[in-house]
Amino acid sequence: MQPVLDSGACLHPQTGLAASARRVRALVRRHAYLLLKSWPRLVSMAYYPTVTMVLWAFLTIYLKPTTNFLQDAPGFFIGAVLLWDVLFRGQLGVSLTFIEEMYSRNLGNLFVSPLRLSEFIAGQLTMSVLRTLIGVGGACFFAWLLFRYSIFALGFPLIDFFCLLLAFGWSIGLAVSAMILRWGLGAEELAWAAIFLVAPVSGVYYPISVLPAWLQPVAWLLPSAHVFEGMRSVLLEGEFPWNHFWAAAGLDLVYLGIGVATFRLAINFARVHGKLLQMGE
Amino acid sequence: MLDGVQAAADAAIVVKDLRKRYDEVDAVKGISFVVRAGTTTALLGGNGAGKTTTLSMLLGVLTPTAGSIAILGCDMLRDRYRMLPRMNFTSPYVDLPRRLTVGENLRVFADLYGVREPKQRIAQLAGEFDLAGLLARPYGNLSAGQRTRVSLAKALLNRPEVLLLDEPTASLDPDIGDRMRTYLEHYQRESRCTMLLASHNMGEVERMCDDVIMLREGLVVNQGSPHDLIERYGRENMDEVFLDIARGGTDESELGAPTPEVAA
Repeated sequence: MQPVLDSGACLHPQTGLAASARRVRALVRRHAYLLLKSWPRLVSMAYYPTVTMVLWAFLTIYLKPTTNFLQDAPGFFIGAVLLWDVLFRGQLGVSLTFIEEMYSRNLGNLFVSPLRLSEFIAGQLTMSVLRTLIGVGGACFFAWLLFRYSIFALGFPLIDFFCLLLAFGWSIGLAVSAMILRWGLGAEELAWAAIFLVAPVSGVYYPISVLPAWLQPVAWLLPSAHVFEGMRSVLLEGEFPWNHFWAAAGLDLVYLGIGVATFRLAINFARVHGKLLQMGE
Repeated sequence: MLDGVQAAADAAIVVKDLRKRYDEVDAVKGISFVVRAGTTTALLGGNGAGKTTTLSMLLGVLTPTAGSIAILGCDMLRDRYRMLPRMNFTSPYVDLPRRLTVGENLRVFADLYGVREPKQRIAQLAGEFDLAGLLARPYGNLSAGQRTRVSLAKALLNRPEVLLLDEPTASLDPDIGDRMRTYLEHYQRESRCTMLLASHNMGEVERMCDDVIMLREGLVVNQGSPHDLIERYGRENMDEVFLDIARGGTDESELGAPTPEVAA
């Protein structure tokens, strides 16, 4: 057992975009290894969105003969539930990726490596995109297979809605990760529950005008409310509402900034209180 | 180099007045020391003496309350990302992802450190650490001793110039422990790597270390070579010196020991 030592540089350059991309790719590789070797994990990612979609699809079939707007836009509820899952899966993707590192007590190894905090976040967001595509993609496939509903019929606006909801999910996911880092895995339930706080005021299945007058201004502070209002506009009136688009995009920027700042604060808190090497199951 | 830190030209690690306070507890109370480049130095002390806290601050995962740390001339509190690719560490208290195989874990960390030709480097380390038969096995299925070997392999992926080792041979049987020490000694000699080692194995310290820094209750209470310390305390071996220091039965000021500041 004798070491074979190489002289000279054995490492790639450590600065610049290529170096950052390599480290983010390493983090994604770590989580991809985990996902790809566990079919129950992969199935469960698509399972919940698919079951929820099926429920709303049957409700649509039941209500359609007596409901005017469903006759005009039969995919109303299915589209809504699929887009809601973009938000939910986007948030879960960030939070669960972080929780996975805490479960495996790997944060210490990661934070003594050359991985920067911004790269750690970028890795979380990339995994969120992959998890969302797998989860919602599975549900979209079954929506087409079972009910001949294609969410892609929304066309170009679908890309906007997807990106806007994903970004909002990221910001909530980062804030939830920060809280788990701050209070430990006892706060893990937040990963599953936090998003439902915004569900009633996001107008997923009903217009914001349904909400009490005092609650409506609160709803308009959420990007999700603008997206779902926009979805209804596209489905029922065939118009893309640019006002809602710009409002959602602006709010996303604000919330993402808050999410990143909160996560940074939590990491700094963990560094001050020695939690990065201690955190675990 | 850090402002105000007087260090020898061959210093690899320079710690100056380092303090860490958790709420009401002073875990590290203003320690200063220098680790010479290309040497192996032990950080010794009983439980709660401040060893892991000090290592954590050196690694940048714990923010000091006060003081400064320079590693190979790099201010670790301001610019640690410049130094981290040239360092590594291992600790039995930090795990690797358990559901990933040994090979997958090593590949992820090889990429994080930017190792050129990672497959070859992993194969090389697998050969050196007898891990070839374990590469396809999940890390979580390994014995404690096997995990320690994997963690050591991970710590050497980037051929570090500074290696921080927290109980590097814990859980290893005497045979494997001895082979690991031989490997580390050889690596240190050949690469001129600087090693800082926290250990409770005094035989390991006597064998591997050029210098010893003794901590008690967050303070450096003595330092010197193992031979010097054994002589200074009038003991037979480092085990006895350790007991003297950990139990606080000796007044170090009466031993004529060099103070950390003088040594630095």
